[in-house]
Amino acid sequence: MAFIRVTSPHAHIATTTGDVMRWVILATIPGLVALSHFFGWGTIINIVIASVTALACEALVLFLRGRPVLFYLKDCSALVTAILLGLALPPYAPWWIVFIGTASAIILAKQLYGGLGYNPFNPAMVGYVILLISFPVEMTRWAIPETLIADGESLPSLISALQAVFIGNTTGIDGFTGATPLDLFKSQQGLLVEQITSENSIFSLASFSGVGWEWVNISFLLGGLFLLYKRAFTWHAPVSMLAALAIMATLFYDGGSSDSGGSVLLHLFSGGTMLGAFFIITDPVSSATSNKGRMIYGASIGILIYIIRIWGNYPDAIAFAVLLMNFAAPFIDYYTLPRTYGHTKSERATRSRDQ
Amino acid sequence: MTQPTSKPMLIKTYNIPGGIHPPENKVQSMQLPLGEIAIPNELVFPLNQHIGTPADPIVNVGDTVLAGEKIAEAVGGLSVPVHASTSGTISAIEDRVLPHTAGITGPCIVLTSDGQHKTIAYTEVKDYHSLQPSQLIEKIRDAGIAGLGGAGFPTAIKLNPSGGIEGQNTINTLILNGTECEPYITADDRLMQDYADDVVAGAELLAFILGSPQRVVIGIEDNKPNAIKAIQTAAQGSSVEVSVFPTKYPSGGEKQLIQILTGQEVASGTIPASLGIVVQNVGTAMAAYRAVRYGEPLTWRITTCVGEALHTQRNIKVLLGTPVQHMLSENGFNATQASRLIMGGPMMGFALPNTDVPIVKTTNCIIAPSQSEMPEPPPAQACIRCGLCAEACPASLLPQQLYWYAKAEEYERLQNHNLFDCIECGACSYVCPSAIPLVQYYRAAKGVIRYQEQEKIKSDHARQRFEFRKLRIERAEQEKEEKRQARKQAAEKAKRLAAEKKAAAAASGEADASKNTAQDAGADPVAAAIAKMQAKAQDPAAEKAKLERAVSSAQSRFEKLESRFIDAEEDQREKLEAQLKQAEVRLKDAKKNLSHFLEAQILETQIESTKPEKPKSPEKADSETNKLKPADEKSLDAAAAAIERAKAKSEAMASMSQEDKLKTQLASLEARVQKAREKLQKAEAEGSEHISAFRTGLEKMETKLATTQKELETLKESN
Amino acid sequence: MFDLIFNHPIIAALIGLGGLALVFGGILGFAAVKFKVEGDPIVEQIDSLLPQTQCGQCGHPGCRPYAEGIANGEAINKCPPGGQSTINAIASLLDVEAPSLDEEHGEEKELKTVAYIREDECIGCTKCIQACPVDAILGAAKQMHTVIIDECTGCDLCVEPCPVDCIDMIPIDQTVKDWYWEKPETGISTNIIATDREPYNDGQAA
Repeated sequence: MAFIRVTSPHAHIATTTGDVMRWVILATIPGLVALSHFFGWGTIINIVIASVTALACEALVLFLRGRPVLFYLKDCSALVTAILLGLALPPYAPWWIVFIGTASAIILAKQLYGGLGYNPFNPAMVGYVILLISFPVEMTRWAIPETLIADGESLPSLISALQAVFIGNTTGIDGFTGATPLDLFKSQQGLLVEQITSENSIFSLASFSGVGWEWVNISFLLGGLFLLYKRAFTWHAPVSMLAALAIMATLFYDGGSSDSGGSVLLHLFSGGTMLGAFFIITDPVSSATSNKGRMIYGASIGILIYIIRIWGNYPDAIAFAVLLMNFAAPFIDYYTLPRTYGHTKSERATRSRDQ
Repeated sequence: MTQPTSKPMLIKTYNIPGGIHPPENKVQSMQLPLGEIAIPNELVFPLNQHIGTPADPIVNVGDTVLAGEKIAEAVGGLSVPVHASTSGTISAIEDRVLPHTAGITGPCIVLTSDGQHKTIAYTEVKDYHSLQPSQLIEKIRDAGIAGLGGAGFPTAIKLNPSGGIEGQNTINTLILNGTECEPYITADDRLMQDYADDVVAGAELLAFILGSPQRVVIGIEDNKPNAIKAIQTAAQGSSVEVSVFPTKYPSGGEKQLIQILTGQEVASGTIPASLGIVVQNVGTAMAAYRAVRYGEPLTWRITTCVGEALHTQRNIKVLLGTPVQHMLSENGFNATQASRLIMGGPMMGFALPNTDVPIVKTTNCIIAPSQSEMPEPPPAQACIRCGLCAEACPASLLPQQLYWYAKAEEYERLQNHNLFDCIECGACSYVCPSAIPLVQYYRAAKGVIRYQEQEKIKSDHARQRFEFRKLRIERAEQEKEEKRQARKQAAEKAKRLAAEKKAAAAASGEADASKNTAQDAGADPVAAAIAKMQAKAQDPAAEKAKLERAVSSAQSRFEKLESRFIDAEEDQREKLEAQLKQAEVRLKDAKKNLSHFLEAQILETQIESTKPEKPKSPEKADSETNKLKPADEKSLDAAAAAIERAKAKSEAMASMSQEDKLKTQLASLEARVQKAREKLQKAEAEGSEHISAFRTGLEKMETKLATTQKELETLKESN
Repeated sequence: MFDLIFNHPIIAALIGLGGLALVFGGILGFAAVKFKVEGDPIVEQIDSLLPQTQCGQCGHPGCRPYAEGIANGEAINKCPPGGQSTINAIASLLDVEAPSLDEEHGEEKELKTVAYIREDECIGCTKCIQACPVDAILGAAKQMHTVIIDECTGCDLCVEPCPVDCIDMIPIDQTVKDWYWEKPETGISTNIIATDREPYNDGQAA
């Protein structure tokens, strides 16, 4: 009788790529809850539109490429991209913003490069940057957190949110738009830190960073810790990114003078810092491969984020920093080959062999 | 409960990078004590159960042998003998399916047991300290012991790390590997519990052979508390350390174990002995001890028989050569339940194509898992570069980079990424969430690289031989040319001298001078004739060859043109026709030249035949001796091997039915006779010098054809 | 002179560019001589890539002459024993597009073969010995001949001259030593665009 012939190992861990993706989706829930709590339905609507678009685009391209559609949809990678993009986009953004962003993320940044595993850039960030450059007005119109809403009013209802998103009828939400803490800080550069924090309610009412944003970031941090616990990724990239950002913020805090870049806590707990640290730069496909490489990759992103935030044109710089380092990831890999057992030093990837 | 009273073992161990913790699945087979199964009817002994040269059979079919009798002798240094594991009759020496995943066959000795298990008398050695280490090594080698852990490296070689060179690779640490890190396997666990004293004695024996290294340590993973206890008890009062370290796959890999116990790394491309370390499996140590103490050759081993497709899961003391089928059915094997059959562990073992293979020296485990236990591998998904594989790699490689390069067949980059430091432990494949068969990629790439290297060596060798041959032919040609020139010159010189002498003689006309001249003239014409003849002897052959070449080239050109003419289109025919005519004329000319020449030569030889015998084409003799030159010792060996193989092949042919065989033979003979006739005709037409060869060939074939026909007819009649 | 240049800026530009061209040309030329990379002559490199069967199927009497031919611009796809992998290797060495094998010179054999003489039929004519390009046949006149399998390159050249047709080309048996795992069949997801159409589909794929 004959048995199947397969190569060893014959045992296999139960976790699949699909499982990892589902963990990531699960881990975004605290952040999503916090965002919805402070900013209303907007983010959820974003995510729904993005998810539908992503799945449709993915299915369409897979079909055109003649690949098995269901097999690939089941790995949930498109869904992860959609959810991350939905979380990053401003709430109540017009539906077409979300649609264009997601479609370019899936089609341009992912499938045209060959699909999952082959994309050199983080698809969600590519989508985000395309939108940021093409539609700066829509992309910088954030909602104000619930805490700061004037007395007697509440977050927009689901109906008015949907109206704003789909019909462009923004009358229901106009009163709820406002600058993010990082926007504010950037636009008021030149004042003392103390002045900025005391004059703006978004800072003065917060415990340590910006109203709402601090909780959003803490929630993403929690989700990230869950993923770390599940060993979905290693600690190297997020920790080094946060550490680098913190060090930069400390170095340039300048005692809160008018040249100050803002406090460490402001940088760590506002904007997309935690979302970026645990959900974006940990995307393994577009990051460096070795642990050492990931530390360099993360730290470089941290530094770039600070540089762009303070001296650049964009108050929240995660997307640009990530994309820039995506470029550099192969370069980092080239110089961070680990030392193999039995070798005295690590070797360069393209060293020509002695014949 | 007896606690070992020795001091608590606080030996420092080191951590290895990477590693995984797969489900151990070791409980199933440890529920029952060591079992024994009935002696099978037929046992199969592959001649190559070890790494190195296959052993050479020293028995014949029909011989009766006893258990422990040597049936195949080691060949060369890197080889071990094979012993019969029970008594019986040698029923065949033939190719059988080997325990290998591809189902490849190889030479095996087949023994039909008599069920009595009579053993030969063993020579015991009460105190091995009285013997020289070299004598002990010889005993171990003679007992057929090769690493029982799985690799099957001849133990005697490892025990002689200096390789006979004084002071080289002095051993400071002897490690016994009781790690058994693979899931499912418990053979060593069982062995350490049941034969603890033998294992420790084996450690001491090996230490004695290796010149008493400072450290003798048995390394055991902490998931085998009973074995640890047993060994610690046995090791009391001896210099053998027992080192316990946390369970992690693949800490049982030789290099990994060295790192765990000593913190040192074996440099890439070197052996542990260069660090002064020797690692032996605990089973090997025991077998070595028994071989020395009791004179017992390696005829049995402990093998784990496990998996949900079996009724009884346990460790078995099994005779080497026992077919897997026998062992499985003795343990209640349900073939319909089994998803596959694995020899070795689930991480590094290989899938068996069928159950007809024997248990060999390296078989530590047979797993017959059920579908749910080891389902078929899911289809591979895309690599997402998650890096889990790099985390798991004990050799600190970058498995995913290797995977990309292996997929793209970038072999040089693979080597730059140290592919050959991969120990194929399977940790990367195990953790891969996309279920990519990484190890298979690496194995394939390694195979291709090795193959290419071999091909390179082979092609370089072929190039050398080709160039040598070219050189040789050129040299022969040159020598021929030189000789020809020399003869020509000699002839001319003689002619000139003769002419001068003649002129001088005519001029002087003196009597005494004429006497001299007569003498000279008597000598000179002879010399001239000899020179001329020598030159001729050289000349005609070359001339003839040249003419023949001309004929054959003209002929082939003519034939080619003819066939092209037939195939050609209408408009090209005209052109071709002219060419064809030209070729025909040229052919005729060439033939005419040749026949003229031949006639002339015949005449000449008739004349010359009266003269003393001419040297018989020396260049031909030369070429023959040259031909034999490459027949140095090595090629003679290879030739012997070729003859041997040819014999084996023709024996294999015998399996065909007699009539079919004759028919095919007849058909091929007919075709060949036809071809030979054509060739002969052609040769005759060309006046080739090989006519006689062709004729002999044809005659021989025709006789053979007739005989075959007759044979077939007789066969048909008898049917 | 200067006036001319000033009045006609085109001349100034020409002089400037010409001057620069001269200077850089000089530097490059100097560098080319000074830092010349001593490599194997191209013929050696090509020769080392050829399979060295010396079979002559390319139309040359051996591999080296063909290597010389390639160095002189001959097509690189005339070597059936080397097959596509050799063509690819030479193409990458010469930095040209790899053509497919020219079938005119023969087809790539799937299995490696060696010559095998049916020894009881051999009449000892030495014709195969003379034909063998690598001296892999052993024997003398009127004596049985034998192929040294380890030396045989499988070139077929001895088959034709044999008057009694007693030479077979037999495939080499695979042994445990030279067997190795095949590269896994490209799973359903492991290819990239252009070449990724695969027979696999789950009913939805086109």
